[in-house]
Amino acid sequence: MLKIKDLSVSVHGKIIIEGLNLEVNEGEVHAIMGPNGSGKSTLASVIAGRELFTVESGEITYLGQNLFDMPAEERAREGIFMGFQYPVEIPGVSIANFMRTALNEKRKHLGLEPLTGAEFLKLMEEKKKMVDIHSKLTNRAVNEGFSGGEKKKNEIFQMALLEPRLAILDETDSGLDIDALKVVANGVNKLKREDNATIVITHYQRLLDYIVPDFVHVLYDGRIIRSGPKELAMELEEKGYDWIKQEK
Amino acid sequence: MEDKNNDILNEVTGSDYKYGFYTDIDMDQAPPGLTEDTVRFISAKKNEPEFMLEFRLKAFRYWQTMQEPEWAHLEYPPINYQDKIYYSAPRKKPKYESLDEVDPELLETFDKLGIPLDERKKLAGVAVDAVMDSVSVGSTFKKTLSEQGIIFCSFSEAVQKYPDLVKKYMGSVVPHTDNFFAALNSAVFSDGSFAYIPKGVKCPLELSTYFRINAANTGQFERTLIVAEEGSYVSYMEGCTAPIRDEHQLHAAIVEIVAHKDAEVKYSTVQNWWPGDKDGKGGVYNFVTKRGICEGENSKISWTQVETGSAITWKYPSLILKGDRSTGEFYSVAVTNKRQQADTGTKMIHLGKDTKSTIISKGISAGRSNNSYRGLVKTSRRAENARNFSQCDSLLLGDQSGAHTFPYIEVGNRSSIVEHEATTSKISEDQLFYCLQRGIDMEGAIGLIVNGYAKEVLSKLPMEFAVEAQKLLSVSLEGSVG
Repeated sequence: MLKIKDLSVSVHGKIIIEGLNLEVNEGEVHAIMGPNGSGKSTLASVIAGRELFTVESGEITYLGQNLFDMPAEERAREGIFMGFQYPVEIPGVSIANFMRTALNEKRKHLGLEPLTGAEFLKLMEEKKKMVDIHSKLTNRAVNEGFSGGEKKKNEIFQMALLEPRLAILDETDSGLDIDALKVVANGVNKLKREDNATIVITHYQRLLDYIVPDFVHVLYDGRIIRSGPKELAMELEEKGYDWIKQEK
Repeated sequence: MEDKNNDILNEVTGSDYKYGFYTDIDMDQAPPGLTEDTVRFISAKKNEPEFMLEFRLKAFRYWQTMQEPEWAHLEYPPINYQDKIYYSAPRKKPKYESLDEVDPELLETFDKLGIPLDERKKLAGVAVDAVMDSVSVGSTFKKTLSEQGIIFCSFSEAVQKYPDLVKKYMGSVVPHTDNFFAALNSAVFSDGSFAYIPKGVKCPLELSTYFRINAANTGQFERTLIVAEEGSYVSYMEGCTAPIRDEHQLHAAIVEIVAHKDAEVKYSTVQNWWPGDKDGKGGVYNFVTKRGICEGENSKISWTQVETGSAITWKYPSLILKGDRSTGEFYSVAVTNKRQQADTGTKMIHLGKDTKSTIISKGISAGRSNNSYRGLVKTSRRAENARNFSQCDSLLLGDQSGAHTFPYIEVGNRSSIVEHEATTSKISEDQLFYCLQRGIDMEGAIGLIVNGYAKEVLSKLPMEFAVEAQKLLSVSLEGSVG
C-alpha cells in the first residue's frame, strides 16, 4: 500500500530524515517510536503533503501512485488521513459543517453523489456511537475551546467518518488521560479492516497496551534503526532509548 | 465685466429657465456636468412637485460651497464632477436576447452563488420569459402589504402619491447639509425606495423579494426612506449578492430610517458592486450615507451589512438613539480583495437614557487591499446609563493587505459604560493544512474559515440571504491565497 524508498527530507536546509525505508501493507498496524526530534512528526507530515518540508531524494508510492504527484487534498481524498498531534482551532465552523464539506469533497473525487444534510446527520450519529463520542461535541466549532482529550477524540471521530485506507496518527496519545486513551485506542481498533492500514506514531509504549501493532519501528536521527514485532516496544520501554542509541 | 457676467449667471441659474432643457425633456439622459439646469432637468423629468425642486436646489447650492472630504483612509484620483452624467432614463429594452450572449465569467459567478435562472437573466439584462412576470410578482406582493396599510414603493412614486409623508421625513435624519455626498445625492438623486409601516403593524414579509427582482436598474444616486410608526416592525433587505456591473462609476446613496416609540426596523444589505479589475480600474466608487433615528422610547434599529464589492467604499451606517431605552445594533462584514479600499464603520450617538448599542465589525482583507473600520460611540450628558459594546476584528490574508481600526469614543456622562474590543488575526498555515488534509482544497478552506470568522454577523441576516452571503464571501476571496 505504502512504500517509502530512501527518503531524505529537510526543513530550512537542515536534514531531518535521511535514507528512510518503510513498507506498509493492507491490514497492518505499524508503530513508529523514537525519542523527541527523531523525525517522527516530519515523516507523518511528508506523507500527508505538508509543503513546509523539502524532499531531497527518495520516493513514496501509495497504492501504486507516486505520492509526490498528488497535492495534499488529493492524498486525503484518496484515503490518507492524518491524526494531528496539535489539532488546530477553526473558530465559527461547526464540526458537522466541516466534516460534511470534507466528506462530500471525497465523494465527489470518487464520483459519488454528495450526501444530503439528513443523510450526513444519520451517518454522523452512527460514527459517534462507534467511537464513543458524546453528541454535543459535534455541534461545537472545530477544536474551539476543546480540552486536549476532546481534540484527540475529535480526530478519531473524523477518521471514522472519512474511513481512510491509510491512517497516520501523530502522537495521538500524548497528553491523554487513561479514559481518553481508551477511547482513542478503541476507535482505532474498531476501524481496523482487511483493506486499510494504520501507522501509529508514539513516544511511549503506553498506547500499545491498547493498540496491538504488527510491526514496531524505531526512528532515530531520521532513520529507522530497528524494526521488529510488538515485543520490541516492550523491550524499548524497559531499556529506554539509550539502549538503542548505544547499539547504534 | 465680472459683475455683468455674474448677473447673467444669476439670471440663468436663479430663475425658472425658459429655454433649453425643457424642450429636451424627451432626452434619455442629461448632458454631462452638474449645474442648476441639471437639477431642474432631473426634477422636470420626474414631474416633481415644487417642494422637491426646492429641496434639490437648496441641496445643490449648498453642495457647491462644500469640499470633498479627505479624512478617510482611501486613495483615489480626483473625481471630476463635471464630466459625469447625472440622469439617464432606466433602460427599457433588454440588452440581450438570451443568456448565451452574456459574459461567461459573469454566468459562472451566478452559478457559484446559486442564483435562480430567471433572476440571472434579469440581473444580466436578458429578456425575461413571460412566465417570470416581475410585474405580477410585484403586484401580488403589494396587495399583501396594502391590506395592512403598508406603503412600499419607489421613491418617485412616493413623491407623487404621498407628498406629505415625504415632505415630513425626507432629510429629517440626513439633512442635505450633512456631508458632501449627502448634499450631492439630495440634489440629483435618481430614485430609490420608500417604506411606511403604520402604527402597530408587523410587516408580514421581508421587504426583500420584490427588491431583488427589481434591483437591477436602481441608478447611481439612490435614496431610501423607511418610517416605522409606533409599535410597528419591519425587516428590510437591500442589495444583491450578484455582482452588478454599472457604467456609472460614482455612486452616492442615502438611506434614512425613522423608528417611533416601540418600533423595530431591521435593515440588511449585501453590496457587491463591481470592484474593478485586478488593478482596481473601472470599479465603482460607493459613497453612502446611511442613518437611522430611534425617535421614540424603546425603539430599535439594526444595521446588518455584508460589503464585498466596489473599488472604494465609504460608508458609516449610523444611529441616533434619541428615545429613552432605545437600542441600536451594527453588524458588519467587509471584505476587500485585489486593490479594493473600504473605509467603513458606524456611529452610535446616545442621547436618551438607558440606551444600548452593539457594534460587531468583521473586516477581511486580502490581495493588496486596504480595509478600515472607523467608528464613533458618543454618549451625551443626558444619556444616563448608556451602554455600548464594540468588537472590531480584522482578518488578514496574505502579507500585502492592510487592516486599520479608528475607534473614536466620546463619553458625556459618568454613568455610561463603553467597551471596545479589537483583534487582528491571520488565517494560519496550520488551519489551511488541516483543511487540505481533510480533502478540502485551498479555496474551499478559505471559504470555510472566513465564513466561520464572520458567522456572528451572517447569522443576523435573513435566512435566504445568509446562505447566499456565505457563498459570496468564498467567491469574493477566490485566488487570494497561493
